Parts: sequence; C-alpha cells; structure tokens
Amino acid sequence: MAEELSGILEHVEAIGGLDLDGVEPTTHVVTLENVLRPDEPVPSLDRDRALAGAPDSAAGSFRVPSPQA
Amino acid sequence: MTDPRLLTVAEGLGEIAAGNMSGDEWFSAYADTPDELGAYLWRPQGDDRGPLPATAGDLAGVPVAVKDIFCIEGLPTTAGSRILEGYVPPYTATAVEALLAAGAGVLGKTNMDEFAMGSSNENSAYGDVRNPWDPVRVPGGSSGGSAAVVAGGLAPCSLGTDTGGSIRQPAALCGVVGMKPTYGSISRSGMIAFASSLDQCGPFTRDVRDAALLLAVLGGRDHRDSTSIGFPAPIALPSREDLSGLRIGVPRELSSDAEGIEAGVREVFDRAVALCESLGAEISEAHLPNARHGISAYYVLAPAEASANLSRYDGVRFGLREEADTLDEMYERTRSAGFGPEVKRRVMLGTYALSSGFYDAYYGSAQRVRTLIARDFAAAFDDFDLLITPTSPTVAFELGARAADPLAMYMSDYCTVPMSLAGIPAISIPAGTAEPDGGGPELPVGLQITGPAFSESLILDAAHAIEGAVGFDHRPKLQGSAS
Repeated sequence: MAEELSGILEHVEAIGGLDLDGVEPTTHVVTLENVLRPDEPVPSLDRDRALAGAPDSAAGSFRVPSPQA
Repeated sequence: MTDPRLLTVAEGLGEIAAGNMSGDEWFSAYADTPDELGAYLWRPQGDDRGPLPATAGDLAGVPVAVKDIFCIEGLPTTAGSRILEGYVPPYTATAVEALLAAGAGVLGKTNMDEFAMGSSNENSAYGDVRNPWDPVRVPGGSSGGSAAVVAGGLAPCSLGTDTGGSIRQPAALCGVVGMKPTYGSISRSGMIAFASSLDQCGPFTRDVRDAALLLAVLGGRDHRDSTSIGFPAPIALPSREDLSGLRIGVPRELSSDAEGIEAGVREVFDRAVALCESLGAEISEAHLPNARHGISAYYVLAPAEASANLSRYDGVRFGLREEADTLDEMYERTRSAGFGPEVKRRVMLGTYALSSGFYDAYYGSAQRVRTLIARDFAAAFDDFDLLITPTSPTVAFELGARAADPLAMYMSDYCTVPMSLAGIPAISIPAGTAEPDGGGPELPVGLQITGPAFSESLILDAAHAIEGAVGFDHRPKLQGSAS
C-alpha cells in the first residue's frame, strides 16, 4: 500500500511544477448565488425510522461503546 | 411481436401505446432473464419487489435499472461496499423519484465499484461484473453494472453516476450510450456522495433518443440539493441527420497526444472524425493545454472530498459495526473491516492532501489546475460548438489486467476527467469496434462529444446525427439464450 501511494503521489505532484500564481481556485463549477428559501417548518424523518438502520440504539438515541475503557 | 428485450425505450413506449404489449410484460421479459453477468446486486423476487411500472406518465411502463449508489426506500442499498451491507434507506433519491413519477419501474440495483471508486467494477465488495461482449473482460466502471445490463439485454435503460468518467467509460466499453449532464442539472439528493463537487447522475441507454427521453425527466431543481439548478430549457428530442453549420474541434491533448491510446481506438476515432466532416461539420484542431494535468488534479480533489464524505461510515448510525470496548476502537475496527483497499487508499490520499502543511501544495494547487482546465474549455468553446475525443484510451481490458496497478487503472479516465473538472456535459456513443492492442475480439469503442454547460440538447442532436451515420448495431447481447 505504501508503495502504491508513493507512486500516485509522485504522479499527482506533477502539478507542483505549474505556474499557478494569480489563478483563482475553483470550488464550485456552476455559478450559483446563495440559495434561499422561506424558513418554514416541515416534518422531518421520523425518529424511529432514523434509528431503524442503527447497529445499536437505546431510549431514542444511537448507542455506542464508552469513549474510555 | 419481437422479443421485448430488443426494444429501445422509445420503441417499447410505442408498443405499449399501440396496445401490443403491457408494461408488466416488458418488465417481466427482463426480470425473468437470468443475470449471468453479475450485474445486479438486487432484483425483484417473488413478493420482494420494488416500485413497479405505472400506466401513466412520460415513461409509463418503462423498466429501469438503478446503480446501487441511489437510495430507494425499502430496497437494500450498498454502494458496492461491505460497510453498507444490509442497509435499507428510509427515503428515495430525487432522481429515482422523478423516474417513478414518470411511470418507470425498478428492475434492480446494479453492481458498481465500491463508493463509485474504480474504472473496472473490480472494486465491488460483491464480485466482478462481466462485459456482455466478452465475459473475460471488465465492463468498465464505476457504473459497470448499469452499463452491462443495458448492453446485455437485462434492462432497456439504467441510471448511473459519473464523477470522473464513471458513466462514459463503461458506456464506451460496453457499446452503449452514456451521458453525464452538466453539474447541477440533476439533483444529487439520495445519491450516496463520493466527491460532491464532481458527482453527477445520468442515463445509460441503447441509443441517443432514449438518453434524451430520460434526461428530460431527470433534470430539475430540488430543494433537497441546493447545488441543483435543473436545465434552463426543456431537453429537446434529437432530430438532426447531419452536422452542417457545426464547428467541431478535435483536441490533440485528448486524442492523438493522449496517453495510452490503443491503435484500434485511434483508427475508429479517426474514422469518426472523417464521418463528422462528411456530415457537414467544420472540423479543426482544438487546444486544451492543461487537460493533461486532469488526472493529477482529479486524484487530489476526488480523494480529498471522499475522505470527508466517507467519515459518516463509523458504525454509529447505519451499516456495519465491529464491536469493541471503546468508541475509537469501534470506529477503527468497523472502517478497517468495512472498506475495501481502493477506498482505504483514497481516504488516506485525501486525508493527506487536506492535512495542515500539505493543503496548499495539494488541494489548493489542484483547485487552481481545475480553474485552468475550465478556462481551456471556455476558450475552445469560443471557436467551437462542440469537441470530440475518444471516450476511453482502450477497449475493454481483461479482468485482473489492471487490478494490481492503481495508477494504470486511473489512466482509464484520462479523456473523461477534464470535462468533470469543468462541470460540462459529455456523452459517449458507440463509434465502432476495434481489437485491443496485442489482438483479441472486436470490442466497442466510444466517441465522446462535449459542449459548454447546459448544451445537452445540442450534444444530443449531434450525437443523433453521428449515431445514424455510424450505424452501430445497438441490439443487446441477450443473456440466457444461444444468440
């Protein structure tokens, strides 16, 4: 895996040699202004259904092991 | 009547309208055919069924296969990953909802590279997909199953996703039509995220007219995806029989000078260029000087976005959990067991590219290269209406041929990645067949046609004219029969 990653990084580093001074970075390809909508409450996903796919749940919440041993 | 599996979407709709066939009969003809390709991950069986075709709507009665990256309420959705084994989503993707609202029914969920990362479908956790043209070869990827079902007579059309070529490349390798529309034209809601600034869904069909029929239904603004904008004008059904008056550019960087182009692919492409000229197009050389940096930029940006998107698979809310004594240990065990090697590779690459100290050198530079590539296209479209390139440098390769060399696999997307980075639409249509380098069977070669953002109707029109002149036999390679 380490060798593969090095090979990929070597290829990717080709862009390091380009003159990119003054070039704006692209974060989004389509020109979009802020998208606004009225702030109207609508029903969201039912709690039981949201929990249905969880590996473990209790008391209406996701249950996980303790952060500490 | 002929075998219903031979009908295109438009032909099937015609037979239904004429009363020669019902939507159920069309659906059953496919659903009853055994899947010898490994192309489906889920199909209706007995009472275990998904949404069935309806009798009203623009696509009433049309059976459609859906890439397993789209959530459909009540149906298992894995994105080709072990980490989502057994996951059943509580809602349906907007794109799928649009097809269902138009009367289509779901024939199945199709196999794919894990989280859409791959170009051969060999990264699926659920087995390989075989190319209907030659079962020892890959169908391409990541939407390998969606391409194979259309080419192999297991569906008349399907839905796929394309981040760097994942619709166009498998369409080329399987000899079908695949289109990635403009970024933002179709909602991504309910489509499992890989690289959000690049992901876009689109159709696989057997001809260009069918691609237009599906796109017309799929496009639209969706309040659940704030990056969706829909198409500014309705998608027109293609009608052109020639290319007169169109200026078509051939970028050297993505054709004659592209890396790893096979001799057979080059020949078929050169013939297609000559054909466009004979159809009345004004052809000349175009330049995309930064396109050759596409793969480098893409393999920074896509893994970086993926490393963030895939952090949600942590064994807490859905999917696999590997039990452990502490939370951190549970995360680690779950992700180690649930993700395959290519996904791990990309999460590591992406995390590295985003890490402090390396962010500017990798992610920042890649975003700037993205700007340069988009500018190249914009400049080219000052002089040309459309650009054409080969879709894939090679025809379908053998299973296992590239699996050990990730970089060689990444080069499969050499000609398709630049359009993804620029967010512009592109279609792949079959342009003929060629032998692979070193000999072998005649296999399909794709022609890629691209244009400015939201030029889908023009692209489809030109593709329709070229398709008619190429005369490719687009009948599927039927499974479960001697033919």
